[in-house]
Amino acid sequence: MNGPGRSKAANGWLLSAPALLLLLIAASGPLLIVAVYSFLEKGDYSGVRWILSGEAWFRVLFERDIFDGTVSLADANLSIFWRSVKLSLATTLITFALGLPTAWFIATRPPKARAVWLFLITIPFWTNLLIRTFAIMEVIRNQGLLNTFLINMGVISEPIQILYTDTAVLIGMAYVYLPLMVLPLFAAIDRFDFKLIEAGYDLYATRWRILRSVVLPIIKPGIVAGCILVFVPSLGAYVTPRVLGGGKNMMIGNFIELQFGQGQNWPLGAALSMVLLIIVMGALLVYTRVSDRDDPHA
Amino acid sequence: MRKAFDVTTLPGFTFIAITAFVLLYAPIVTLVIYSFNGGNSVNLWGGFSLKWYAEAAGNEAVQGAAIRSFIIAISASGIATTVATMAALGTTRRGKFKGQTAIYIMINQPLMVPEIVTAVALLIFFSSIKIATGYSGLGYLIIAHAAFCVPFAYLPIRARLEGMDLTMETAAADLYATPWKTFRYVTLPILMPGVIAGAMLAFVISLDDVIITEFVKSAGQDTLPTYMLGQLRRALTPEVNAISTALLALTVVILTAFFLITRKRD
Repeated sequence: MNGPGRSKAANGWLLSAPALLLLLIAASGPLLIVAVYSFLEKGDYSGVRWILSGEAWFRVLFERDIFDGTVSLADANLSIFWRSVKLSLATTLITFALGLPTAWFIATRPPKARAVWLFLITIPFWTNLLIRTFAIMEVIRNQGLLNTFLINMGVISEPIQILYTDTAVLIGMAYVYLPLMVLPLFAAIDRFDFKLIEAGYDLYATRWRILRSVVLPIIKPGIVAGCILVFVPSLGAYVTPRVLGGGKNMMIGNFIELQFGQGQNWPLGAALSMVLLIIVMGALLVYTRVSDRDDPHA
Repeated sequence: MRKAFDVTTLPGFTFIAITAFVLLYAPIVTLVIYSFNGGNSVNLWGGFSLKWYAEAAGNEAVQGAAIRSFIIAISASGIATTVATMAALGTTRRGKFKGQTAIYIMINQPLMVPEIVTAVALLIFFSSIKIATGYSGLGYLIIAHAAFCVPFAYLPIRARLEGMDLTMETAAADLYATPWKTFRYVTLPILMPGVIAGAMLAFVISLDDVIITEFVKSAGQDTLPTYMLGQLRRALTPEVNAISTALLALTVVILTAFFLITRKRD
């Protein structure tokens, strides 16, 4: 490397050093410790014993009978994984079904109105997750807005129990993550050249044909980004399942917490965290692949 | 004239979009309205009243949590903005250098790792430091918040730097300004809207954090969000509604200011 190049790199690293140091102390470093802990033996109460062990990783999927030592699949763990994946996929689908038309609507407004609608989407986006979860709780609890409305309308006579069910968690997650779907979709549709649609019509294509063959392929990176942005936090959700799911309807995030609290099995908690991280990294990898392939400037 | 094939209105899209906006706002508006409920229960409307705001403001636990929230958010956003500004200067001026991608990945790491994983990682790490040093003050929360605020501060600052003309700095250098003088009197003033925007986002993000705070805090170190989460173990109270509304109002004010500051650029 030549002289100026080297000094440029040195400068870059030097100026970035404080940020990197901070992140090393409070992000990357602790993450490495979690990785190490997942390969240690469980301590007597909490914590770990510094003995190398694959037990925690084994326990993620299997359990051993304490009497005869037979190995079987850990049904409890698997059902929590399955619930998390199922609810996260459903959340992604619902937010997409609502988010695509919303983003489309915003992107096709005149510039001034567009800024206002966009601002209206960003307010819930930046509003405290807990506050939004409380807000949806107000709506779906037994004496809440929804049940009161349905009873007054004579649709039902008894309140429907939604709170503390999987449905409540799903409604809550779709509610809190909807802006995360709309924003990248909007960015993609906003860049879309609407002349292409006119060209399509000139060639006698129907509206749905144009949506499927012209619009969707072009805004695909935005769709993928939106789906990833919703799926990833859904999978690791902690607050929404805890508040709306009650104690029973746990997701991976709550299960991890349980291992560090009552469960007192830090290595298992660490291994579960690593599993979650691996799934998330996999999703992000898919995202970079897809967006690299579709981005002509890449 | 309206074209026969007006593509901007795909069938049903406008209806779904308006429904989505209603669905987004109805719960928040309900929460805000019920925070002004004079009745004792969250269910029945007992007339307009500010009594739950007075109740919350007079509650010592809420006062403590509010003060802690602000101390943490101000310190953390201050630290995050400072280091993010330096990093943004280091990574945007005059082209690429070796290792730049590594720096990007590291800075954006808090955005990629699920928050619950970061939270347990910090729990393990900080709890052993707490035992080793005996210190269990707010320092851990400030460092943790500062770290996850870095990408939020970094992005608007970098965006501002990338759109910035280098000729002013070159001119300053031609007039024999020292690098520091160039930075102080040329770069920083132009960069300021980006820095303020970054600091605001970092502040809002820190103020809103629940999960990491919940795991890192020592006993008696509740912030407003963790206090609210704790209150929920019993039932939703009008007092929590009032705190939520106050926090919401603060967020809206900061965001409006943020948009006005970043808009000026165009």
